Amino acid sequence: MAEVARLAMPRAEAGPQVAPWWSARRRERLTQLGFLLPAVVYLVAFFGYPVAKNVVMGFQHYTTATFYTGAAPWVGLANYVAVTGSAVFGRAVLNTVLFTVGSIAGQFTIGLAIAVFFHRRFPLSRTLRSLLLLPWLIPLIVSSAVWRWILDEDHGVLNRSLGGAHLGWLTSTSLALLAVVMVNIWIGIPFNTTILYGGLQDIPQELYEAAAMDGATGLRAFRYVTWPLLRPVVTVVLVLGVVYTLKVLDIILGLTNAGPANATQTLATQSYQLSFQRFDFGQGAALGNILIVVSLLFAVGYLRASRRAVHS
Amino acid sequence: MSGPGVGGTVVRRGWGATVVGVLLLAVMLFPVYWMVNVSLQPSGSAVATPWLPLHLSWHGYATAIDQQGRHLLTSLLVAAGSVVFSLLIATPAAYALAHLRIRGAGAVLFGTLLSQMVPAIVVANALYGAYAAMGLLNSVPGLILADSTAGIPFAILIIRAFLGTLPREVVEAARVDGAGPLRAFVSIVLPMSRNALVTAALFTFLFTWSDFLFALTLTTTEDVRPVTLGLFQYIGSYVSDWSSVMATAVLASIPAVVLLLVAQRYVSAGVTGGAVK
Repeated sequence: MAEVARLAMPRAEAGPQVAPWWSARRRERLTQLGFLLPAVVYLVAFFGYPVAKNVVMGFQHYTTATFYTGAAPWVGLANYVAVTGSAVFGRAVLNTVLFTVGSIAGQFTIGLAIAVFFHRRFPLSRTLRSLLLLPWLIPLIVSSAVWRWILDEDHGVLNRSLGGAHLGWLTSTSLALLAVVMVNIWIGIPFNTTILYGGLQDIPQELYEAAAMDGATGLRAFRYVTWPLLRPVVTVVLVLGVVYTLKVLDIILGLTNAGPANATQTLATQSYQLSFQRFDFGQGAALGNILIVVSLLFAVGYLRASRRAVHS
Repeated sequence: MSGPGVGGTVVRRGWGATVVGVLLLAVMLFPVYWMVNVSLQPSGSAVATPWLPLHLSWHGYATAIDQQGRHLLTSLLVAAGSVVFSLLIATPAAYALAHLRIRGAGAVLFGTLLSQMVPAIVVANALYGAYAAMGLLNSVPGLILADSTAGIPFAILIIRAFLGTLPREVVEAARVDGAGPLRAFVSIVLPMSRNALVTAALFTFLFTWSDFLFALTLTTTEDVRPVTLGLFQYIGSYVSDWSSVMATAVLASIPAVVLLLVAQRYVSAGVTGGAVK
């Protein structure tokens, strides 16, 4: 409450007369802050605190023992040295990049193609379009379970459809990452389609008519009308897609548990394993912090670049 | 939802496109079909599943409900709790951000946007210690609070975006009649934002119902176990009975299916609104 009163002060004092604290005006300001305060408290407690705590934990030797003794000795950069120096780190970075780029490229291209397909309406198009959302709405861990059986080496329906092939989609170190990317593309297509479809609908029809008069139809219309006008929506989809994909855990843990032999280990899964399987919360925090910095850098960099592109 | 400025010139496609669309959907939804198919097979043991569930069997569902029924109820409880909690926190905040001129509102909005970039594993990593100290591990309130990290920012953004489209005069007219901000909020703003509230509620439910990471990290015993974690443990070991696993998967997908069939018009609003606004 003291915080609220302090925040409410300056405005009231700036007024012509100094009102008593129970004045209607000041009471109203308190009510107004009351609307916002619970959300601020929550955001600070469940986002602000964890991020700050992770930064601190990154410099501490923080293990299960810490919960009993309360001791978390400072270790400087030792956690960062340990996680970046470990044999898995390079693999995890490479996998994170491949997983993110592969997933986004696939989701976006296929999603855009489907959005363009649905752009001109046809009988039942609305129903079909909304049913398409299903893969995105069902829990990720459910999708993982289903795909695990589909991709099963001995009895999976995919291998059976491939004429009885014996491909170890989830068990071979060379195929597992590809399989995980495939499943993630399947999950992400509906989201991309929906957002891009919305963007397409916002492009005025007259522009296409004008372009058609200038002889631009089909691919040329897409190149000179659709794409430039869709750019802002494309930016949103890509930034959200990357930020979301970077932190994906459910699918990978559900499909391969980050294996086999770290073949699908990413920064996010590695952070999980360090904290909750090896109970080295300090190292887990260090890797989590690296993950945050990577997503922030990407988001800022991309937004900057696209703003520049729009202005030029 | 509606089409573009549909003039007479818009070329509509015919049934040929519908056929392509149905084929596309068949490919995209094949895994969903497969889930249902396997769940209805009599023997889900490690043999190749037939293409059609010709010998209908409810054995998978019986096992699923027997072993995972409690987990489904836990999920239901946590998701419902998170919806109530998220809306209670987010709706007034969204109103304040959209209509009340409060200092620092911009910073709060920016913080809300930024919060969506924080990986859940980072939140879990810090919460685990705090929860252990406060006795919130393995508790329904603990999961509700943590799971609302998905619902609250989303609900704030989507309700605020909607309220931004409400004419300020409507709210201010009530104020002129002598209603305080609270009265105006309850009697004018809330009834008018019904659609946005429903969308926020549905998606918060779905986010929480689907949560896996907080269930995985913030519970350590069988006491409070959502179905996502139950499913994970099914597939974590060697699976000999896939029909029970798939029956559980089907049961865990019910909210998503209900959402699509019953509340279709809210769904696109949620997907687009949450992303663009």
